[in-house]
Amino acid sequence: MYNPFSLKGKTILVTGASSGIGAATAVECSKMGANVIVTGRNEERLKKTFDHLDISFGANHLMIIADLADETSVNSLVEQTGILDGVVNNAGVNRVKPVTFIKQDDFDYVFQSNAWAAVNLTRSLCRKKKLRKNSSIVFTSSVSAFFNAPGRALYAGSKAALTAFMRSFAVELSDKGIRANAVHPGLVETKLIAENLTEEELQNNLKEYPLNRFGKPEDVAWAIIYLLSDASAWVTGTSMIVDGGFMLK
Amino acid sequence: MKSLEEFVVLFAEQFDDTDASEITAATVFHDLDEWSSIIGLTLIAMVDEEFGVALKGDDVKTSVTVEDLYNKVLAYLK
Repeated sequence: MYNPFSLKGKTILVTGASSGIGAATAVECSKMGANVIVTGRNEERLKKTFDHLDISFGANHLMIIADLADETSVNSLVEQTGILDGVVNNAGVNRVKPVTFIKQDDFDYVFQSNAWAAVNLTRSLCRKKKLRKNSSIVFTSSVSAFFNAPGRALYAGSKAALTAFMRSFAVELSDKGIRANAVHPGLVETKLIAENLTEEELQNNLKEYPLNRFGKPEDVAWAIIYLLSDASAWVTGTSMIVDGGFMLK
Repeated sequence: MKSLEEFVVLFAEQFDDTDASEITAATVFHDLDEWSSIIGLTLIAMVDEEFGVALKGDDVKTSVTVEDLYNKVLAYLK
Protein backbone atom coordinates (compact mmCIF):
# COMPACT_ATOMS: atom_id res chain seq x y z
CA MET A 1 0.00 0.00 0.00
CA TYR A 2 1.26 3.49 -0.89
CA ASN A 3 2.13 5.28 2.37
CA PRO A 4 4.83 7.98 2.51
CA PHE A 5 4.07 8.37 6.24
CA SER A 6 5.15 4.82 7.04
CA LEU A 7 8.09 4.17 9.36
CA LYS A 8 8.55 0.61 8.13
CA GLY A 9 12.15 -0.51 8.49
CA LYS A 10 13.24 2.66 10.29
CA THR A 11 14.91 2.46 13.69
CA ILE A 12 13.67 5.19 16.03
CA LEU A 13 15.02 6.10 19.49
CA VAL A 14 12.43 7.63 21.85
CA THR A 15 13.52 9.27 25.14
CA GLY A 16 11.15 9.87 28.02
CA ALA A 17 9.29 6.80 26.79
CA SER A 18 8.01 5.72 30.21
CA SER A 19 4.92 7.90 30.14
CA GLY A 20 2.81 10.54 28.41
CA ILE A 21 3.76 11.77 24.94
CA GLY A 22 6.93 9.65 24.88
CA ALA A 23 5.08 6.41 25.61
CA ALA A 24 2.40 7.17 23.01
CA THR A 25 5.04 8.10 20.44
CA ALA A 26 6.90 4.83 20.99
CA VAL A 27 3.72 2.76 20.63
CA GLU A 28 2.44 4.67 17.58
CA CYS A 29 5.86 4.44 15.88
CA SER A 30 5.79 0.68 16.36
CA LYS A 31 2.30 0.55 14.81
CA MET A 32 3.72 2.45 11.82
CA GLY A 33 6.31 -0.29 11.33
CA ALA A 34 9.37 1.13 13.09
CA ASN A 35 11.93 -0.73 15.17
CA VAL A 36 11.61 1.26 18.37
CA ILE A 37 14.27 1.78 21.03
CA VAL A 38 12.62 3.07 24.18
CA THR A 39 14.63 4.72 26.93
CA GLY A 40 13.79 6.13 30.35
CA ARG A 41 14.99 6.07 33.94
CA ASN A 42 12.37 3.86 35.56
CA GLU A 43 12.65 0.21 34.52
CA GLU A 44 9.18 -0.81 35.70
CA ARG A 45 7.38 1.99 33.86
CA LEU A 46 9.56 1.69 30.77
CA LYS A 47 8.79 -2.03 30.63
CA LYS A 48 5.08 -1.15 30.46
CA THR A 49 5.66 0.93 27.33
CA PHE A 50 7.92 -1.78 25.90
CA ASP A 51 5.23 -4.42 26.43
CA HIS A 52 2.73 -2.28 24.50
CA LEU A 53 4.93 -1.97 21.41
CA ASP A 54 3.38 -3.53 18.31
CA ILE A 55 5.34 -6.58 17.18
CA SER A 56 3.10 -7.57 14.27
CA PHE A 57 5.61 -6.19 11.72
CA GLY A 58 8.26 -8.53 13.09
CA ALA A 59 10.05 -5.47 14.36
CA ASN A 60 13.06 -5.67 16.61
CA HIS A 61 12.33 -3.41 19.57
CA LEU A 62 14.79 -2.61 22.32
CA MET A 63 14.56 -1.19 25.82
CA ILE A 64 17.51 0.65 27.37
CA ILE A 65 17.40 2.09 30.89
CA ALA A 66 19.26 5.41 30.95
CA ASP A 67 19.43 8.62 32.96
CA LEU A 68 20.00 11.44 30.47
CA ALA A 69 21.35 13.65 33.28
CA ASP A 70 24.23 11.22 33.78
CA GLU A 71 27.08 11.37 31.25
CA THR A 72 28.16 7.74 31.76
CA SER A 73 24.58 6.62 31.25
CA VAL A 74 24.26 8.71 28.06
CA ASN A 75 27.50 7.26 26.69
CA SER A 76 26.30 3.74 27.42
CA LEU A 77 22.95 4.46 25.72
CA VAL A 78 24.69 5.85 22.63
CA GLU A 79 26.96 2.75 22.50
CA GLN A 80 23.93 0.44 22.50
CA THR A 81 21.64 2.09 19.94
CA GLY A 82 23.05 0.94 16.63
CA ILE A 83 22.46 3.13 13.57
CA LEU A 84 19.30 5.25 13.79
CA ASP A 85 16.84 6.71 11.29
CA GLY A 86 15.18 8.91 13.86
CA VAL A 87 15.39 10.29 17.40
CA VAL A 88 12.55 11.71 19.46
CA ASN A 89 13.84 13.86 22.30
CA ASN A 90 10.89 13.84 24.57
CA ALA A 91 12.08 13.69 28.19
CA GLY A 92 11.04 16.78 30.16
CA VAL A 93 10.17 18.21 33.57
CA ASN A 94 8.44 21.25 35.01
CA ARG A 95 8.91 23.39 38.12
CA VAL A 96 6.41 26.19 38.70
CA LYS A 97 8.03 29.30 40.23
CA PRO A 98 7.41 33.03 39.92
CA VAL A 99 10.52 34.63 38.37
CA THR A 100 11.33 36.46 41.59
CA PHE A 101 11.74 33.14 43.45
CA ILE A 102 13.81 31.27 40.87
CA LYS A 103 17.14 30.02 42.21
CA GLN A 104 20.14 28.65 40.39
CA ASP A 105 19.12 25.16 41.51
CA ASP A 106 15.64 25.52 39.92
CA PHE A 107 17.15 26.87 36.72
CA ASP A 108 19.73 24.09 36.53
CA TYR A 109 17.14 21.38 37.21
CA VAL A 110 14.69 22.47 34.50
CA PHE A 111 17.23 23.56 31.88
CA GLN A 112 19.29 20.42 32.44
CA SER A 113 16.31 18.14 31.84
CA ASN A 114 14.44 20.09 29.16
CA ALA A 115 17.27 21.59 27.14
CA TRP A 116 20.72 20.19 27.88
CA ALA A 117 19.72 16.51 28.10
CA ALA A 118 18.26 16.61 24.57
CA VAL A 119 21.11 18.69 23.18
CA ASN A 120 23.70 16.42 24.80
CA LEU A 121 22.13 13.18 23.59
CA THR A 122 21.71 14.50 20.04
CA ARG A 123 25.26 15.85 20.04
CA SER A 124 26.63 12.50 21.27
CA LEU A 125 24.66 10.52 18.68
CA CYS A 126 26.05 12.78 15.92
CA ARG A 127 29.61 12.52 17.19
CA LYS A 128 29.39 8.72 17.32
CA LYS A 129 27.88 8.73 13.81
CA LYS A 130 24.75 6.94 14.95
CA LEU A 131 22.44 8.98 12.73
CA ARG A 132 22.04 7.69 9.20
CA LYS A 133 22.09 10.11 6.26
CA ASN A 134 18.59 11.58 5.79
CA SER A 135 17.58 10.70 9.34
CA SER A 136 15.23 12.88 11.36
CA ILE A 137 15.55 14.40 14.83
CA VAL A 138 12.40 15.57 16.60
CA PHE A 139 12.33 17.64 19.78
CA THR A 140 9.24 17.86 21.96
CA SER A 141 9.03 21.57 22.74
CA SER A 142 5.84 23.33 23.89
CA VAL A 143 3.54 26.23 23.06
CA SER A 144 5.28 27.68 26.12
CA ALA A 145 8.24 28.46 23.83
CA PHE A 146 6.04 31.19 22.29
CA PHE A 147 3.58 32.04 24.99
CA ASN A 148 3.83 32.56 28.72
CA ALA A 149 1.75 32.42 31.87
CA PRO A 150 2.60 33.25 35.49
CA GLY A 151 4.92 30.75 37.15
CA ARG A 152 5.96 29.08 33.89
CA ALA A 153 9.20 30.99 33.26
CA LEU A 154 11.54 28.04 33.73
CA TYR A 155 9.49 25.76 31.52
CA ALA A 156 9.02 28.45 28.85
CA GLY A 157 12.69 29.49 28.92
CA SER A 158 13.95 25.92 28.68
CA LYS A 159 11.57 25.05 25.83
CA ALA A 160 12.50 28.26 23.96
CA ALA A 161 16.17 27.34 24.40
CA LEU A 162 15.50 23.82 23.15
CA THR A 163 13.72 25.23 20.10
CA ALA A 164 16.66 27.51 19.29
CA PHE A 165 19.03 24.52 19.57
CA MET A 166 16.73 22.55 17.25
CA ARG A 167 17.19 25.24 14.59
CA SER A 168 20.96 25.17 15.10
CA PHE A 169 21.00 21.39 14.65
CA ALA A 170 18.89 21.85 11.49
CA VAL A 171 21.43 24.31 10.06
CA GLU A 172 24.55 22.40 11.04
CA LEU A 173 23.37 18.90 10.11
CA SER A 174 21.75 19.84 6.80
CA ASP A 175 24.80 18.92 4.74
CA LYS A 176 24.42 15.33 6.01
CA GLY A 177 20.78 15.39 5.01
CA ILE A 178 19.81 15.09 8.67
CA ARG A 179 16.67 17.04 9.54
CA ALA A 180 15.74 18.57 12.91
CA ASN A 181 12.25 19.79 13.81
CA ALA A 182 10.12 20.44 16.88
CA VAL A 183 6.55 19.80 17.90
CA HIS A 184 4.95 22.33 20.23
CA PRO A 185 2.05 20.75 22.09
CA GLY A 186 -0.54 22.69 24.04
CA LEU A 187 -1.99 21.07 27.15
CA VAL A 188 -1.90 17.31 26.77
CA GLU A 189 -3.47 14.99 29.32
CA THR A 190 -0.34 13.57 30.95
CA LYS A 191 0.96 12.97 34.44
CA LEU A 192 3.20 16.07 34.15
CA ILE A 193 0.09 18.22 33.74
CA ALA A 194 -1.98 16.39 36.37
CA GLU A 195 0.75 17.07 38.93
CA ASN A 196 1.04 20.76 38.11
CA LEU A 197 -2.49 22.07 37.65
CA THR A 198 -5.58 22.06 39.85
CA GLU A 199 -8.98 20.94 38.59
CA GLU A 200 -10.14 24.58 38.53
CA GLU A 201 -7.10 25.68 36.51
CA LEU A 202 -7.79 22.87 34.05
CA GLN A 203 -11.41 23.96 33.60
CA ASN A 204 -10.34 27.58 33.02
CA ASN A 205 -7.64 26.48 30.62
CA LEU A 206 -10.11 24.46 28.56
CA LYS A 207 -11.83 27.71 27.53
CA GLU A 208 -8.61 28.68 25.72
CA TYR A 209 -8.83 25.66 23.39
CA PRO A 210 -11.01 26.32 20.29
CA LEU A 211 -11.30 22.60 19.56
CA ASN A 212 -12.75 22.28 23.06
CA ARG A 213 -10.56 19.55 24.47
CA PHE A 214 -7.04 19.04 25.70
CA GLY A 215 -4.65 16.95 23.62
CA LYS A 216 -4.23 13.22 23.83
CA PRO A 217 -0.63 11.97 23.78
CA GLU A 218 -1.42 10.33 20.41
CA ASP A 219 -2.34 13.72 18.88
CA VAL A 220 1.27 14.75 19.40
CA ALA A 221 2.69 11.34 18.50
CA TRP A 222 1.09 11.53 15.04
CA ALA A 223 2.71 14.93 14.38
CA ILE A 224 6.04 13.45 15.47
CA ILE A 225 5.50 10.48 13.12
CA TYR A 226 5.00 12.88 10.21
CA LEU A 227 8.31 14.59 11.07
CA LEU A 228 10.10 11.22 11.34
CA SER A 229 8.70 9.87 8.08
CA ASP A 230 9.82 10.47 4.50
CA ALA A 231 6.64 12.52 4.01
CA SER A 232 8.52 15.42 5.67
CA ALA A 233 11.71 14.94 3.62
CA TRP A 234 11.79 18.65 2.68
CA VAL A 235 10.96 19.93 6.17
CA THR A 236 13.72 21.01 8.55
CA GLY A 237 14.09 23.63 11.29
CA THR A 238 10.36 23.98 11.65
CA SER A 239 8.17 24.35 14.72
CA MET A 240 4.92 22.46 14.38
CA ILE A 241 2.23 23.66 16.73
CA VAL A 242 -0.15 20.90 17.89
CA ASP A 243 -2.51 22.64 20.26
CA GLY A 244 -6.21 22.36 19.39
CA GLY A 245 -6.09 25.98 18.21
CA PHE A 246 -4.78 27.43 21.50
CA MET A 247 -2.32 29.80 19.77
CA LEU A 248 -5.13 31.28 17.64
CA LYS A 249 -6.38 33.18 20.67
CA MET B 1 10.18 26.15 63.06
CA LYS B 2 8.65 29.54 62.28
CA SER B 3 5.79 30.78 64.43
CA LEU B 4 2.40 31.96 63.17
CA GLU B 5 3.53 35.56 63.79
CA GLU B 6 6.59 35.05 61.60
CA PHE B 7 4.43 33.41 58.92
CA VAL B 8 2.11 36.45 58.92
CA VAL B 9 5.10 38.74 58.31
CA LEU B 10 6.35 36.58 55.42
CA PHE B 11 2.83 36.41 54.02
CA ALA B 12 2.48 40.19 54.10
CA GLU B 13 5.83 40.64 52.36
CA GLN B 14 4.35 39.20 49.16
CA PHE B 15 2.06 42.23 48.82
CA ASP B 16 3.18 45.63 47.51
CA ASP B 17 0.12 47.88 47.86
CA THR B 18 -1.41 46.29 50.94
CA ASP B 19 0.01 47.68 54.18
CA ALA B 20 1.44 44.96 56.44
CA SER B 21 -0.83 46.21 59.23
CA GLU B 22 -3.86 45.05 57.21
CA ILE B 23 -2.65 41.47 57.31
CA THR B 24 -3.12 39.42 60.47
CA ALA B 25 -3.60 35.73 61.19
CA ALA B 26 -7.37 36.24 60.84
CA THR B 27 -7.31 38.12 57.53
CA VAL B 28 -9.57 36.63 54.85
CA PHE B 29 -6.87 37.03 52.24
CA HIS B 30 -8.88 36.23 49.10
CA ASP B 31 -10.90 39.40 49.86
CA LEU B 32 -7.87 41.71 49.78
CA ASP B 33 -8.01 44.14 46.82
CA GLU B 34 -4.49 43.21 45.79
CA TRP B 35 -5.13 39.45 45.91
CA SER B 36 -4.39 37.68 42.61
CA SER B 37 -3.46 34.26 41.35
CA ILE B 38 0.10 35.52 40.87
CA ILE B 39 0.31 36.38 44.57
CA GLY B 40 -0.99 32.86 45.19
CA LEU B 41 1.99 31.54 43.21
CA THR B 42 4.46 33.70 45.12
CA LEU B 43 2.99 32.42 48.42
CA ILE B 44 3.57 28.83 47.28
CA ALA B 45 7.14 29.73 46.31
CA MET B 46 7.70 31.56 49.64
CA VAL B 47 6.47 28.52 51.62
CA ASP B 48 8.74 26.27 49.56
CA GLU B 49 11.71 28.55 50.29
CA GLU B 50 11.04 29.18 53.97
CA PHE B 51 9.51 25.85 55.08
CA GLY B 52 10.63 23.37 52.41
CA VAL B 53 6.97 22.49 51.83
CA ALA B 54 5.41 22.18 48.36
CA LEU B 55 1.86 23.52 48.77
CA LYS B 56 -0.66 22.78 46.04
CA GLY B 57 -2.81 25.41 44.33
CA ASP B 58 -5.80 23.86 46.08
CA ASP B 59 -4.21 24.45 49.50
CA VAL B 60 -4.20 28.18 48.83
CA LYS B 61 -7.66 28.14 47.26
CA THR B 62 -9.31 26.31 50.15
CA SER B 63 -7.65 28.38 52.89
CA VAL B 64 -9.80 31.24 54.13
CA THR B 65 -7.54 33.03 56.60
CA VAL B 66 -3.77 33.44 56.79
CA GLU B 67 -3.79 31.11 59.78
CA ASP B 68 -5.58 28.42 57.74
CA LEU B 69 -2.71 28.44 55.27
CA TYR B 70 -0.16 28.32 58.10
CA ASN B 71 -1.94 25.25 59.51
CA LYS B 72 -1.73 23.55 56.12
CA VAL B 73 2.00 24.16 56.08
CA LEU B 74 2.25 22.61 59.56
CA ALA B 75 0.20 19.62 58.43
CA TYR B 76 2.73 18.90 55.68
CA LEU B 77 5.56 19.12 58.18
CA LYS B 78 4.02 16.50 60.48
